[in-house]
Amino acid sequence: MEWSFLLVQALSGLASASSLFVIASGLTIVFGVTRIVNFAHGSFYMLGAYLAVTIVPWLLEFDRSPTLFFVGVLASALVVGLLGVAMEMLLLRRIYRVPELFQLLATFGVVLIVQDLVQLAWGPMDIPGPRAPGLRHGVTILDQRFPAYELFLIVVGPAVLALLWLLMHRTRFGVLIRAATQDREMVGALGVNQAMLFTGTLFLGAALAGLGGALQIPRISANAHMDLSVITEAFVVTVIGGMGSVPGAFIAALLIGLLQAFGVLIFPKITLVLVFLLMAAVLVVKPWGLLGRPEAAAGRAVLPEGILDPGRMDWAGKVLAVVALAVMLALPLIDAYAVKVGTEVLIFALAAVSLNFLVGNGGIVSFGHAAYFGLGAYGAGLLVVKAGLPMEPALIAAPIAGGLAAALFGFFVVRLSGIYLAMLTMAFAQIAYAVVFQWVEVTGGDNGLVGVWPSHWAASREVYHYLTAVLTLAAIVFLRRVIHAPFGATLRAARDSAQRADAIGIDVRMHRWLGFTLAGAAAGLAGGLYAFSKGSIDPTLLGIPMSVDFLSMILLGGIQSVLGPVAGAAAFHSLKDFFLPLTDHWRLLLGLSIIAMVLVFPRGLAGAFASLRRRPA
Amino acid sequence: MTLLAVEGLTKRFGGVLAAKSVSFALDEGEMLAIIGPNGAGKSTTFNMVGGQLRPDGGSVMLAGKDVTGLPSRALCRMGVGRTFQVAQTFLSFSVLGNVQMALLAHHGQTRQLLSDAAVMHRDAALALLDRVGMAAQAGRPIGELAYGDVKRVELAIALAAAPRLLLMDEPTAGMAPSERTALMALVAGIARAERIGVLFTEHDMDAVFAHADRILVLVRGEIIARGSPEEVRADPEVQRVYLGHSGTRAAGRARRPVHG
Amino acid sequence: MVDTVLDVTGLRAGYGPAEVLFGVDLTLARGEVAALMGRNGAGKSTTLKAIMGLLTPRAGTVRFAGQEIAGMAPYRIARLGLGYVPEERRIFTDLTVMENLAVGRRAAPPGREAWTPERLFAFFPNLAEMRHRRAGAMSGGEQQMLTIARTLMGNPEAVLLDEPSEGLAPVIVEQMADAVLRMKDEGLAVLVSEQNLDFAAAVADRALILEKGTVRWQGDIATLEADEDIRRAYLTV
Ligand SMILES: Nc1ncnc2c1ncn2[C@@H]1O[C@H](COP(=O)(O)OP(=O)(O)O)[C@@H](O)[C@H]1O
Ligand SMILES: Nc1ncnc2c1ncn2[C@@H]1O[C@H](COP(=O)(O)OP(=O)(O)O)[C@@H](O)[C@H]1O
Ligand SMILES: [Mg+2]
Ligand SMILES: [Mg+2]
Repeated sequence: MEWSFLLVQALSGLASASSLFVIASGLTIVFGVTRIVNFAHGSFYMLGAYLAVTIVPWLLEFDRSPTLFFVGVLASALVVGLLGVAMEMLLLRRIYRVPELFQLLATFGVVLIVQDLVQLAWGPMDIPGPRAPGLRHGVTILDQRFPAYELFLIVVGPAVLALLWLLMHRTRFGVLIRAATQDREMVGALGVNQAMLFTGTLFLGAALAGLGGALQIPRISANAHMDLSVITEAFVVTVIGGMGSVPGAFIAALLIGLLQAFGVLIFPKITLVLVFLLMAAVLVVKPWGLLGRPEAAAGRAVLPEGILDPGRMDWAGKVLAVVALAVMLALPLIDAYAVKVGTEVLIFALAAVSLNFLVGNGGIVSFGHAAYFGLGAYGAGLLVVKAGLPMEPALIAAPIAGGLAAALFGFFVVRLSGIYLAMLTMAFAQIAYAVVFQWVEVTGGDNGLVGVWPSHWAASREVYHYLTAVLTLAAIVFLRRVIHAPFGATLRAARDSAQRADAIGIDVRMHRWLGFTLAGAAAGLAGGLYAFSKGSIDPTLLGIPMSVDFLSMILLGGIQSVLGPVAGAAAFHSLKDFFLPLTDHWRLLLGLSIIAMVLVFPRGLAGAFASLRRRPA
Repeated sequence: MTLLAVEGLTKRFGGVLAAKSVSFALDEGEMLAIIGPNGAGKSTTFNMVGGQLRPDGGSVMLAGKDVTGLPSRALCRMGVGRTFQVAQTFLSFSVLGNVQMALLAHHGQTRQLLSDAAVMHRDAALALLDRVGMAAQAGRPIGELAYGDVKRVELAIALAAAPRLLLMDEPTAGMAPSERTALMALVAGIARAERIGVLFTEHDMDAVFAHADRILVLVRGEIIARGSPEEVRADPEVQRVYLGHSGTRAAGRARRPVHG
Repeated sequence: MVDTVLDVTGLRAGYGPAEVLFGVDLTLARGEVAALMGRNGAGKSTTLKAIMGLLTPRAGTVRFAGQEIAGMAPYRIARLGLGYVPEERRIFTDLTVMENLAVGRRAAPPGREAWTPERLFAFFPNLAEMRHRRAGAMSGGEQQMLTIARTLMGNPEAVLLDEPSEGLAPVIVEQMADAVLRMKDEGLAVLVSEQNLDFAAAVADRALILEKGTVRWQGDIATLEADEDIRRAYLTV
């Protein structure tokens, strides 16, 4: 390999590192001060790009000057900053004190809303941006052509770092941000109004995301997938760098940019696996990232958000369960459509119960549960399509695939807690997604694989429905049993007080790991059943939106109830199936509902049911 | 017989020497108190014995076995129970459920997937609750109890592992004054009856002088005095150094409420 | 007392299920230094935190400069002119001395000379030489000076000072006592929590003794020094 080639490779690595840093720095600053991981940071990035492809060409009409190009980019960033202010004032300020799961879901609600609003405003097509006047040419470096704009981007990262350094060290606002990142409470006791500080921080963070997006327009068209693709990378950078640390984010962005640039030469398809290995290695050695600090232990005794005493099922619950079961079994009497929806509801019910086994029962807030669902589906689907095996062994392989993946990822996941854990589960899920997406020869990439049909005897919708009913109900009953068994109680105990659990002789990490694996296996079974019900598999089964669907189901059902998620899955999936064809704005609707649920209805359907019954007749 | 022998325990945090070659021994059925000013290293010493902190030097022997640096869960299986400064219980469980959970862990049954946890070890748990005077409240959620009662349940949880050694970090912290004496009397009664050794840190001098068999005085990471309550009270060195630090003069335990 | 700046009645507070204060009553006069005394764990720090709003009072009233402040956010209490110096110091270790002071800076009320870094450096000469040093790299005594200086930058009318002599070498303790006395000369009221009777006697006019979450004795510091029975009852081993 030639030196010049390596040099160019390094330069392009630096250019992506630079862009990544601009975005991640905003995320990490916002987290440092507010302690909220803002999913919508990716949306701000996307909005920056869309605004720039609108504003910049308009400005360039007046004069094709580099100055106006950058004025347009900066204007876009500022507008996005103002949107960040709006988000802080309308939403974040109401959720600073709610549990992390709810914070994450609420900011994800914003992601969904922005996705639909962007489509409304700019349409579904990708919008290419103008190239930067004055930076359109290529530069020859040791006989290799390299785009001048990329060279410019390499400079942007360090420039932003320097400007942030000046802001953080030379202005009162910056000094307050640094002080608050270290000790928010003390800053308040010195008379600083935290609300103003938080609003200002959101402005800064969102503007940085917007800047990152706006700067991309000469390289990539503004498109509807920018938000989620960038947020994972930004998460990984902030986790590796240490959450809240700007210099940490810079180092991490450099590491990842270069790793990807050179990783491409070694593993052309799966550079993300390298990123995964890097992140895993860093977290094992330094659980708080390169330059991060441990979270101050809360030490407060509050009733956990989740399953309390699971208790016995009372008569009302039993009646409800029997009715639900009867309806499920009677669906074939109605029509084929009802059977299809019923089968899917059963499958999602299992996925939701398995997720709530972690979230509600174990306090393990997994934001990437779709990974195990999807890998179960792929495990089964690949055996059928590629290895030519029949359905039966494939359905056995599905939970094994989900369980193995959960065991592998869970090994790292259970070392963390709270927000770090949620981010790590999500990052792992995105890595699984990327592997499936990029490994086209095996997985069929974006298109997925077709021809995942059940065996002959189960080929009819009705028979498959009953097969699904038997398997999912058996699995749900089993998980419910485990929740009542010593193992489930142990997970709850470790959630309530890890210190106390340790002191009575429980190996907390080991139990959480086993629990994570079991839930992954159950999700894998659900995924396998789903693959055969559809006849096909594709990467969306592992995507963030799927994980969020599962979370919405358990939130709707009530995470403090064992079987509430079944009701949540039924309600969520039926509503989605009903509304999806009727509206073009399903995501808007879903996003608003998630936020509404978090703000006004955090106990879900089961909670509402319980309080209805508590009320004297 | 010597239950716990601590030799030369040392712990450094950055530049601070939090514990400097701390040595002491504790017999079965004995109650040993560690007292000293803020930041003296009481909690540090305590946590090195309890497995929360790994010592930089020195050893901890439990009934003749070297247990230095073992994690808390391993110590528990060797007969070390503990309570925390801020009571640590399983808040989502009932009072009974908390003790049942401790018994499940003690019997190594925490990985069972199919049995019904709610009916396991009920009677044993009730018996333990009865010993701390909490059997009547067995069915209530633990979060509803008065804090003094929570501490009693925590004691029952610690007893579930049939400990030989009980570690109690500030057992009466956060309790109403009226509840304190009762809790310490309960602990002392159980410890003497079952020959359990008790190591506790405490800043309530009533509790210390009423119940400790022996007292260690720790100042700046070093033991400056040890002995019976009478000896410690009379020790001129304790008076000089401890009071030199806290600025007050040593005196007896007489309590004459005076209102100004 | 004619001119009361801080008036606390029936204050109850605690941490989660743990209760610590069982009805604390105390007052602080304008320009007075009062010592809040009591053994380790008596609830001195908890009292100061509850007054400052860092811990929400569960019952009772706290009036500062005539306003009810129980339940207010700490930043609003600080803006009314109440300063707080925590016992763990809690300086911003990543920030320089000057930056730590900048965080505390608030405009002075009309008619009062504002504290500036220069005035404070005259007050705490040690700090002047290390104005650009990272606060984490300072000794304990210097950090203690800085945390007081940082609070003074807010130009408070009264200061809650939590165990300023704790863990400091004797010479530094003397400097600290000197600083408190000069704060008093500046017209500040100070409520200082303290276990060290010598220190309290050196700075305070009056003492309140806290035991198990209530004020059990209050009176002249000289009376306390003279009365061995009281000391024996509440302060000593
Ligand atoms: N985790 C820690 N990191 C750094 N310093 C610590 C830590 N824990 C304790 N220290 C320091 O060690 C010393 C002894 O503390 P500690 O054992 O908590 O004292 P005590 O319990 O007697 O009040 C103090 O100076 C304290 O600041
Ligand atoms: N963060 C906390 N959580 C729980 N209990 C605490 C906490 N801080 C102090 N305590 C308890 O509150 C009581 C009073 O403590 P504190 O106010 O710090 O006393 P002092 O300052 O007089 O030494 C003690 O029993 C202590 O153990
Ligand atoms: Mg301690
Ligand atoms: Mg204190």
